[in-house]
Amino acid sequence: MENTLNTTSTVRSAGRTKFIVGGLLIVAAVIYLIVSSTQANAQYFLTVDELQAKGSSVSGRDLRISGAVIGDSIQYDASTLTLTFTVAHVPGDNKEIEAQGGLAQVLHEAVTDPTRNRLQVVYNGVMPDLLRNEAQAIMTGRIGEDGRFYADELLLKCPTKYEEAVPEQSG
Amino acid sequence: MIANLGYGSLVITFLLSLYGVFAAVYGARRNAPAWVDSARNAMLLTFPLLTLSALSIIYLLVNGNYEVEYVASVTSNSMPMYLKVTALWGGQAGSLVFWTWLMAAFASAVTLRKWDRDREFLPWVIVVALITLAFFLLMIIFFENPFERIWRLPFGQPVKAMFPPAGAELLIQPDGRGLNPLLRHPGMIIHPPMLYLGFVSFVIPYAFAIAALVTGRTDDRWIRLTRRWTLVAWLFLSLGLVLGGRWAYDVLGWGGYWGWDPVEIAAFMPWLTGTAFLHSVMIQEKRGMLKHWNMVLVILTYDLVIFGTFLTRSGVLSSVHAFAQSAIGPLFFVFIGLTLIASVALLLYRWSELKAEAEMTSLFSREALFLLNNLLFLGILVVCFWGVIFPLISELVTGQKVTVGPPFYERATGPQFAALLLLMGVAPLAAWRHSTAKTLGRAIWRPALFSLLVLAAVIVSGVTNWAALLGFWLSAFVASVTLYEFWRGALARHRTSGESLPLALWRLMGRNRRRYGGYIIHLGVVLMAIGVIGIELFQTETQGTIAQGERLTLGRFAIQFDELANFDTPDGRNVARAVVSVYKDGEKVRELYPRRDYYYESQQPMTIPGVRSTWEDDFYVLLVDWQPVSASGATFKVYHNPLVNWLWLGSIIFILGTMVAAWPDKDPETEARMVRRTLVAARA
Repeated sequence: MENTLNTTSTVRSAGRTKFIVGGLLIVAAVIYLIVSSTQANAQYFLTVDELQAKGSSVSGRDLRISGAVIGDSIQYDASTLTLTFTVAHVPGDNKEIEAQGGLAQVLHEAVTDPTRNRLQVVYNGVMPDLLRNEAQAIMTGRIGEDGRFYADELLLKCPTKYEEAVPEQSG
Repeated sequence: MIANLGYGSLVITFLLSLYGVFAAVYGARRNAPAWVDSARNAMLLTFPLLTLSALSIIYLLVNGNYEVEYVASVTSNSMPMYLKVTALWGGQAGSLVFWTWLMAAFASAVTLRKWDRDREFLPWVIVVALITLAFFLLMIIFFENPFERIWRLPFGQPVKAMFPPAGAELLIQPDGRGLNPLLRHPGMIIHPPMLYLGFVSFVIPYAFAIAALVTGRTDDRWIRLTRRWTLVAWLFLSLGLVLGGRWAYDVLGWGGYWGWDPVEIAAFMPWLTGTAFLHSVMIQEKRGMLKHWNMVLVILTYDLVIFGTFLTRSGVLSSVHAFAQSAIGPLFFVFIGLTLIASVALLLYRWSELKAEAEMTSLFSREALFLLNNLLFLGILVVCFWGVIFPLISELVTGQKVTVGPPFYERATGPQFAALLLLMGVAPLAAWRHSTAKTLGRAIWRPALFSLLVLAAVIVSGVTNWAALLGFWLSAFVASVTLYEFWRGALARHRTSGESLPLALWRLMGRNRRRYGGYIIHLGVVLMAIGVIGIELFQTETQGTIAQGERLTLGRFAIQFDELANFDTPDGRNVARAVVSVYKDGEKVRELYPRRDYYYESQQPMTIPGVRSTWEDDFYVLLVDWQPVSASGATFKVYHNPLVNWLWLGSIIFILGTMVAAWPDKDPETEARMVRRTLVAARA
């Protein structure tokens, strides 16, 4: 009698160990996937000021830069699909933006203030519909040897016209 | 006047909700049915009241009352009627009202059901529904009021307020700023309501779960009661996600459908937990296991629904979808935190009563494979959640904002999606309780062999990408297992009942809608997987400027630029429309008309692709730029998207399968009564 009871409980705990080991393996695999993918794909999110402060230490790394588009600087060569424009520094912190009167106001000031740090951007592809003066551009790419920013991806938002639901425009 | 009416109705509904919560709790605690009935009436009243508010907004929108800020921000004179009406959910404040309206409709529908056997659940379902409703109404009334008007002061800037400041006059604008042209698309008109319906209807299973925890009636009654609600919620959420993808593909002009944007992920996360929940409740129903787990999943789904609404509405993340920087963000956080803590505390309180009735024994049993499926769905959820909050965490820890992009999500979720596909093929053939590698192998070898033949055919056709080969093989495997299941079931029924095969198949599906609906959903997923593999791994693109009569080549395709017309339309657009001929292997197959619409009032262009769609591929042409005067040259960007239409076909089958699974069964009780009555009649 005692014997059978013992066997059942060993069988049970053996069964449970099996599941616990299996579960842990899966959890470990998911953690590995997350950690390795994060390391491989992390991009530093910088403002123009921060980028300039870091200097050459970030050259060659994947970066994400946000800035205000200066309308007069937009040049598009349709034959090579090369787009160049300049962005001016805007603060990266939401609270700071809020304190300065909202995104629209901050973007407007950034574009009209000639003393702000500026960054030249080069992008190859279709000209995005939302690219215009005082739009906020979020660019993903790398800083080139010539100090210009070579963007692979370009996201734009225009808070002046639409307070929300401005959808994605990327190339 | 109308604005005051709508606003007043919102305030009354808010107070009514608070009263309802109080009455329901009091009635349940004191065992006073009159109070519970009163709470129920309060619940039912919220729907007509919120209907009044929603109709007031629609009236203002259609009537062009531009003194109301919300109306001015989302409509303009030149917009057609249907867009003015649907502008109700075109902006933040309106869509929150729309959310509460749907919430009230669903909660009222639940309140109206027959409660005979489940009387004790009623007050607590009302409490959960009304607390949720009251929270959203609070947001609207104090922070996102769609009825606020613009007032002109004698001195200084115009102000936005609900009621006139001293000495102010209404500032009546002649025209509004109009809805963002990118949102003027049929997909975008039905996409948000579908998502919201999905969000809102997930509140119902959660409300029942909480009711079960509070009352201590912790058997699987709450699951059986909400089974259909969960499926309906899931149906709408899936539809919302698919429509959003289709809209992106049609309108955004990057030849894609899903960009791993935080807002997309916000809608995807409750879908993931909801899908896990749909699978794991079956184990509780069949085997009485995983009761804690199901509670955790339904609580998570509810809070992810609120989190999803919050993500799209707060601007806390640098998403490209929504940037409203508003005060409602922290409040959402508080609400999510409180509901999460309260729910988990309740769950812990009832922990010992939710013990499993059976043990899991075999690694290859169906319940073990379902558990694995759940782990994978949660694994994908963790990846998504990590990606969304990573910038916040890294900023807190290192002071440096670090973000992750689509490659992160693709790399971290890809293997998990592949494992889910594999499970989709294996699990339906595994038996409950005991199943060994041997019994499973016996059931599986035929479809597995067939899928290997398909794999060989794919290799012969020249595919060498290993990820694609794996994906195609898995798709073939799942498809053959699923079709084999249909075949086996129909054949068995045909043999025993003598019905013809098609009739046997039809009746078989009618007998067990959830199971066969689920299989149809699996087939839909397989087709979607084929489409995703096609576009993700084999998309090619090129771009170039060509003069009239010249050609631009991409693989086996080429386009020839024929002509370009530039004209104004009565609804305020300037349209540049190109005519291009598409050549495949040197032969002309189609003419396409890619265009670029410029909206004068919003000063925004919109690129509309010309697409040639076949089952084999999409040939997708964008007009990028042109010479305005001579029309001598134009720039095009061209995408070749193999197999992408299988994605859309798969989505349709997926939705149909969900409908089959959610279709109301004959109520077993009525059926039993009918049978009894027939028996009595026969005897007499």
